[in-house]
Amino acid sequence: MELFTQIVQQFINGLSLGGIYALIALGYTMVYGIVKLINFAHGDILMVGAYISYFVLTTFGFNPWSLAAAFLLAVVGSVLLGVSIEATCYRPLRNSPRINALITAIGVSIFLENLPRVFPFIGSDYRNLAVPAFFDNITFGDITIIPIKLITLVVTLVLMGLLILVVDYSKSGKAMRAVSYDMGASALMGISVNRTVSFTFALGSALAGAGGVLYILNFPQLDTYMGIMPGLKAFVAAVLGGIGSIPGAMVGGLILGLAETFTTGFISSDLTGAVVFGILILILMFKPSGIMGVHTKEKV
Amino acid sequence: MKPLLSVKHLTMQFGGLRAVQDFNLELQVGELVGLIGPNGAGKTTVFNMLTGVYEPSEGTIELEREGQTEVISGLPPHKITRKGLARTFQNIRLFKSMTVWENVAVARHFTVPYNLAQGIFRLPPFRKVEEDVRREIQDLLAIFKIDHKADWRAANLPYGEQRKLEIVRAMASRPSVLLLDEPAAGMNPQETLQLMDLIRFVKDEYKLTVLLIEHDMNLVMGICERLLVLDYGRTIAQGLPAEIRSNPVVIKAYLGEDAVHA
Amino acid sequence: MRIFKNLSLLGGLGIGLFVILWALISTNVIDDYSLQILCMAGLNIMVGLSLNLISGYTGQLALGHAGFLAIGAYSTGILLIAHVPLPLAIFSGALITAAFGFLIGFPALRLRGDYLAIVTLGVGEIVRVLIINLGDLTGGASGLRNIPGFAQNIMVNNPAAFLWIFPAMFLSVALVANLIQSSHGRTLISIREDEVASQAMGVNIFGMKLMSFTVSAFIAGLAGALYAPFIGYLAPGGFDFLRSVFFVIVVVLGGMGSLTGTVLSGLGLTFLQEALRSNAKAWGTAVTGLFGGGNAINLDPMSQVLFGLILVLLMIFRPEGLLGTKELRLTQMFRRGAR
Repeated sequence: MELFTQIVQQFINGLSLGGIYALIALGYTMVYGIVKLINFAHGDILMVGAYISYFVLTTFGFNPWSLAAAFLLAVVGSVLLGVSIEATCYRPLRNSPRINALITAIGVSIFLENLPRVFPFIGSDYRNLAVPAFFDNITFGDITIIPIKLITLVVTLVLMGLLILVVDYSKSGKAMRAVSYDMGASALMGISVNRTVSFTFALGSALAGAGGVLYILNFPQLDTYMGIMPGLKAFVAAVLGGIGSIPGAMVGGLILGLAETFTTGFISSDLTGAVVFGILILILMFKPSGIMGVHTKEKV
Repeated sequence: MKPLLSVKHLTMQFGGLRAVQDFNLELQVGELVGLIGPNGAGKTTVFNMLTGVYEPSEGTIELEREGQTEVISGLPPHKITRKGLARTFQNIRLFKSMTVWENVAVARHFTVPYNLAQGIFRLPPFRKVEEDVRREIQDLLAIFKIDHKADWRAANLPYGEQRKLEIVRAMASRPSVLLLDEPAAGMNPQETLQLMDLIRFVKDEYKLTVLLIEHDMNLVMGICERLLVLDYGRTIAQGLPAEIRSNPVVIKAYLGEDAVHA
Repeated sequence: MRIFKNLSLLGGLGIGLFVILWALISTNVIDDYSLQILCMAGLNIMVGLSLNLISGYTGQLALGHAGFLAIGAYSTGILLIAHVPLPLAIFSGALITAAFGFLIGFPALRLRGDYLAIVTLGVGEIVRVLIINLGDLTGGASGLRNIPGFAQNIMVNNPAAFLWIFPAMFLSVALVANLIQSSHGRTLISIREDEVASQAMGVNIFGMKLMSFTVSAFIAGLAGALYAPFIGYLAPGGFDFLRSVFFVIVVVLGGMGSLTGTVLSGLGLTFLQEALRSNAKAWGTAVTGLFGGGNAINLDPMSQVLFGLILVLLMIFRPEGLLGTKELRLTQMFRRGAR
């Protein structure tokens, strides 16, 4: 029975964590789908969202209004940041070799991670957010579920649902899919490629920012490098699910969250970084198109 | 006599799409054969299968080499080239930032008689070989009248000369079979005539067997001894140019039903 | 004939430069602190060259070269502590790294562009994590200490290091230059230009990529091997992703495809990084003073911020770097950048 309760608890925790990873992975996969760029700086958007909500919550305390405000401001801030990065740093390189854009993304990431450390109100020290327990733990017999995990899971599922609505049914969403498929043809059909790419970055950044808020509510320690690990894991999740595939990113995120929770729960968390990269290498070696991806041949 | 190149039942399937269906071809030594058909018929796909870029879903490709019959289907592209099959590309694929002679030199690499260590440490055969190769390539370029531009960057050549360079480069690998993919694309009539002479000359002088894809009917009718016509992946006609020209099935494929009765 | 003449010219230049520098060092015109930075620059140049070979000339972006540096450094460090003679330890370190390069490249180089870059990044990280976790062998997170230096007397370790590092750097330049200017080098460039066409011309692109990667690992490993006795102390934190990115900046700034560029930018960036590091506190206080005191502005991350910015600006405004593919022309020695 002991093992069973452990498994159920970790399952909920894993899905919850996986939901956050899925939100970030979606950003990676949508951007890769549309401009074939691995946006190295995406994980840092999570960090920005986290810090924004941190400042709101430490200033106004924890109440439904401040939480909503924190969420909203984090999302708005992330969107603004993501869209401006795209416009200034990635757009000029849209017709350059992909290596150039990748290197630029690395530069942006390093810049974002280190510039805030210069300023005294952020600095290089870790900060902790004192998150109060909102509700009591829920218990089903021997099984204890921490409310924040459940809340996180629900919120991420809602956000993913909203994304699907936007991508499948809105005009911009359709434009996004068209441009991902064929940029040149879409332009000829009257779609503004620039606007669509900005929209994609906005969506991805919004999800990352939201993910950042959820992340610190679950793991309340901040510093400017906090986005690196989750970003990396989310990237691996996106590749696992099939880079470029939206359902793939969701599936990949959930799988990765579960995998991480179960290994941390039952083994040790020291080697997580290496393990995550190891998984990535294995995927790329044996099934680079991921679970739901499509393998395309280069036209000769 | 055993054909130089034997292609049997070659088929290419991409998922649900059958790009090429049951393609057969026998090339005798010294032939100049044309592969024609409307756009999207699968001609370049055939080339890609012959050169190993795609692995055929079905079928075999055999090449006669030094008296032996070798199966080359399933081999990687660089091995097929080393066996004696060379090609040019529909969209020019020169090494843009390398010079003209360097482009050609790459194709000579696998025959260069010095190894990595000798190259790095500049040991004996290196200097002599480099000079020999340079001279050889210079002579080859001279035949094609681009030797005076040997040190130009390939990207800076005018279009027609870039196409020529592609052919020279392919030939430098000393093939027995030369595959030309739309060599006359983008050329005006005068350039095309010069190209026709060039192809004939190259074939005779270097004892090559040539298979070419083309849309320019003047060139096709002018130099090809035999034609194969593809449409939607299937071979719809084979024969002498004159026969093909008046073949109603071919006309229909290119120009539609009405043109047949024109 | 011409090649022979040019090589002796290059050799002469090397010896000349060496003599001049040695004179400056012996007379203390170049003081010990500057000498240390100079030696560090020499090592950074070597890694830069190795990265330029695989990324600049062969076109395969590698983001984990700090890992190769680490393998070379730790291998040699461990051997030196075990009383293996210096020359053998150094050579072994380089060779071991080359072997790792081969083993890693074998599966990794089958991947294309972006994915290869990410995988090499991953390998770099895995190396670092392994170093931390193989504590018995490597000293773990606290590092490997008391590595025997180039000289018994610590006071003259830097000049002694210079006697090794300068020739090693010079030979690395010669090695890469010679490789590039051979038929094998031409195939590498053709792979960068167009893999499909290269293969169609009979080039075994996988074999060539692997060769380039292995040679690259060797040179980076050699730099690492020299680093161990030079610094005397190794810590895994010094071989992280940011270190790998530093080398990328060296190559990109100098020009991916220019050896002269790598030498110049390696030199410049090493000195810049040191200047930023040593002045961070002073400048931080000064800037804070400008804003009327209060909480100090921390300029320690300055070099990272600057490097990130440099990368972005370079890629947008001058992706070919300072020298592009041009080389310093010593009587037509290098032939890149032809008409």
